[in-house]
Amino acid sequence: MNYTYFPGCTLYTKAKKLDDAGRECSRRLGFELDELPDWTCCGATFPLVNDYHIAMSGPTRILADTKEQGSDKLVALCSVCYNVLKRTNHVMRTDEERRAKITDFIERDYHGETEVLHYLQVLRDELGFDQLAEKISKPLEGLKVACYYGCLLLRPVKEIGLDSMENPTIFEDFVRALGAEPVDFPFKIECCSAFQTVHSMDLATRCSRDILNSARNCGADLVITTCPLCQFNLDDRQPEIKKADPSFEQIPVVYFTQLLALALELPVAELGFERNLIDPLPMLQAKGIGVE
Amino acid sequence: MKATISQDTVRADFVQKVAEISGENFFNCYQCGNCSAGCPSVEEMDLLPSQVVRYLQLGLVEEVKTCKSMWVCAACLMCHARCPKGVDISKIMDALRVLRLREDEHNSRIDVTDFDDDYLERAPQIAMISGYRKFLSL
Repeated sequence: MNYTYFPGCTLYTKAKKLDDAGRECSRRLGFELDELPDWTCCGATFPLVNDYHIAMSGPTRILADTKEQGSDKLVALCSVCYNVLKRTNHVMRTDEERRAKITDFIERDYHGETEVLHYLQVLRDELGFDQLAEKISKPLEGLKVACYYGCLLLRPVKEIGLDSMENPTIFEDFVRALGAEPVDFPFKIECCSAFQTVHSMDLATRCSRDILNSARNCGADLVITTCPLCQFNLDDRQPEIKKADPSFEQIPVVYFTQLLALALELPVAELGFERNLIDPLPMLQAKGIGVE
Repeated sequence: MKATISQDTVRADFVQKVAEISGENFFNCYQCGNCSAGCPSVEEMDLLPSQVVRYLQLGLVEEVKTCKSMWVCAACLMCHARCPKGVDISKIMDALRVLRLREDEHNSRIDVTDFDDDYLERAPQIAMISGYRKFLSL
């Protein structure tokens, strides 16, 4: 099975490890991600006001290009891209007036035909978590994983519809398929402060601290995420949190595709853990994971 | 706080504009406070999300226009997700922010030349792009 794939800006650079592992794992699991040619940035924020149509021209062009490729599904790995593309698609399907304005502007005929999928959805709904579990060569036994959803993967639930808003399970089911143990923690759907990190560092530090403490207090060995912005906030803020509170226990924050890659025994040296501020390898290797 | 409420203030142009571009009807809100209880940014806010809506209901434009809350909203949509009346406060916050940014370029909240090389080396593109969209004059 082939899917059209939208990597997005950050996956080519700062979050390359999310992308590399995702592409390689898909090959091993039996599906191909065909990168959309000539893609552009999705804009990284969905415009919440009704008169800011220009911000939807980029994502609409991406969705229309996918359709013109002859593909009916577009897969994203990054939560931000997924949210922007899916919400834009919802507008194109349901709001005739805005659709007309945007399609006139970009000179395309598009009515929301493309289906936007997150990579996790492909694993759950197209491959199946049972099938995934069968393909795992190195079950991650004994590893306690905090599945951090954040905001954009789930909300707004009427437009995204990936899972329950308050009690999602897709991430936990994924972790179980890898043979690891998901840890339930109260802050899993709280926001990490998102783009506020470029405006209010105090807010980013406090939100990240609350999430990480919640995960650690519930027994997690590491946190997984699908979002480069969450990964950055949660990982990058830890030295600051530690400075303010020496009793704070640091915890690695990795992408879900990196964890999948470990369970499929991809070479650890190719997983880009050197970019993590809090190195997950000592903890993983102590559990017999990622040892070559 | 002493405030004068009148038909004129309740129907102020600014209030109408916020309602128009957010697409939200403030009067659906009955002040249960669920939004404020779930908001991750509330510690940094001067007006709670529910108070912002209340002030808009009363047409207290100056208080709303000068509040800090719109600038620390992370648009995580928790308020909307938990609102029993379906009011999307993140849209209202975005409308306030957009109107302020459109008024005057001096309202920009970040200066892109302030970021040092070390930060730019570490920060993902999506942080910078969404930051530019949320905090720079449109």
